[in-house]
Amino acid sequence: MAIDKTLELFDCGHRACAGCGHALGTRLVLKATGRDVIVVSPTGCLEVFSTPYPETAWRVPWIHSLFENAAAVASGVEVALKRQKRSEKVVVVGGDGATFDIGVLCLSGAFERGHDFTYICMDNEAYMNTGIQRSGATPYDASTTTSPAGARSFGNRRPKKDMPQIMAAHGAPYVATTSVAYPMDLMQKVERAINTEGPCYVQVHSPCCTGWGFEGSQTIAIGKLAVETGLWPVFEMNNGQVTKVKKIMRKPVEEYLKQQKRFRHLFKPIRQEAEIAKIQAIADANASRYGLDLKPRK
Amino acid sequence: MTLSVGCTARPGKSRENRTGAWRTFKPNFKHDKCTKCGICALICPESAVHENQDGFYDADYNYCKGCGLCAEECPAEDIEMTREEK
Repeated sequence: MAIDKTLELFDCGHRACAGCGHALGTRLVLKATGRDVIVVSPTGCLEVFSTPYPETAWRVPWIHSLFENAAAVASGVEVALKRQKRSEKVVVVGGDGATFDIGVLCLSGAFERGHDFTYICMDNEAYMNTGIQRSGATPYDASTTTSPAGARSFGNRRPKKDMPQIMAAHGAPYVATTSVAYPMDLMQKVERAINTEGPCYVQVHSPCCTGWGFEGSQTIAIGKLAVETGLWPVFEMNNGQVTKVKKIMRKPVEEYLKQQKRFRHLFKPIRQEAEIAKIQAIADANASRYGLDLKPRK
Repeated sequence: MTLSVGCTARPGKSRENRTGAWRTFKPNFKHDKCTKCGICALICPESAVHENQDGFYDADYNYCKGCGLCAEECPAEDIEMTREEK
C-alpha cells in the first residue's frame, strides 16, 4: 500500500512550540498509518499540546488514560477489536518519559503477551512538558533542570538507556529507530511496523528546540547531525537481528553538541576535551556495533 | 455505549485556536525558483503549508507559527523569512 503524503490527520491549531519535532513526527506517523487506526497516547508533551480541553488536533480516534498505562490500554483496545473481528490498527504514540521510565512496566507486559499493536516512542530525551527533567533517555552529559551542569557536574551522569535492544529482547518481530529529520524513512518504518503482526516498536528521534536550546528552524538540521555523528544509529531489526542500517560518512560529535544549549558547558568557559572524548567514544561504539561507517571509495 | 460529553471533543477542533498570532517571522513563498517538490508541505509541523491551484505551495497564515523550517529546508531556497508587521 502506497503512503498518501497529502493525507492530513493531525490538524492545525495545536499548541506545540514553533518548530516542534513531536508535532512533525506525529503528522508523519498518521500519514503512514492512514485513517483505519486507533491511537493511544500516554501523558506527555504530545498529549498536552494536541488536546487542551475542549480541543483536539487529532482526526482519528484517540484515547489518553494515564502516564504509565498506554501499552495496557492499547492491549485492551486490540483485544476488543479482535473479538469484534475488526481490522483497525492500534498504535501508541508516546514520549520517552512514558516509554523509558514510567510506562516500561505496562510496555514490557504488553510485548510479553504478544498483542498486535505498534508502539511509537517520540524520543526528545527528557521530560520536556514539565520543564526539562532528565529521563532514562537523556544522553550522557546533557544539562537538564534535574541534572544541571555546573562547577561540580557536567550534567547527566548516565548514558542513554538502550531501549530498542530491550524491546527486541522481548521477542518483538519488528524494532526500528528513525528520526523526524528523515520523513520518508520514518513513514516507511511506521508502515512496516503496523503491517507486521505482533508487538512492534519504533523509536523516533525528535529534536526539541525548547529543551535542547536551539532555533526552531534547526529541528531537521539537528536531527540529521545526530544521525550523521553516529549518536543516533538508524537501523531496523527483524526477530532480534539487525537487518538494515543507515550507513553514514561520520562527522565528529562536536558538530552536533556545540549547536545545543544543553551541551554548552562542554565548550564554555573552557573546552572539556575529556568529556567530548567520552561522547565521541559512545558514537564510535555505536558505529562499530551497527557498522555505521561507509567505506570510502578507492 | 456512548461517551459522555465531558470527555470527548470534535475531531480537529483545535482549528479554533489561531496560532498564527504567535509569529514573529513570516515565510514568503516566492514561487520563483520553486520546483514543486513539496518538502515544505511535508515537513511543516503545523500542517499549515498547502498546495495551491497552480501546484505551488503557500502557507496558511492563520496557523503558521513562523518557525522557519520550510525556509531552512527548501532545496531551491525559494522561501524567505521576513519580520512580521502588525
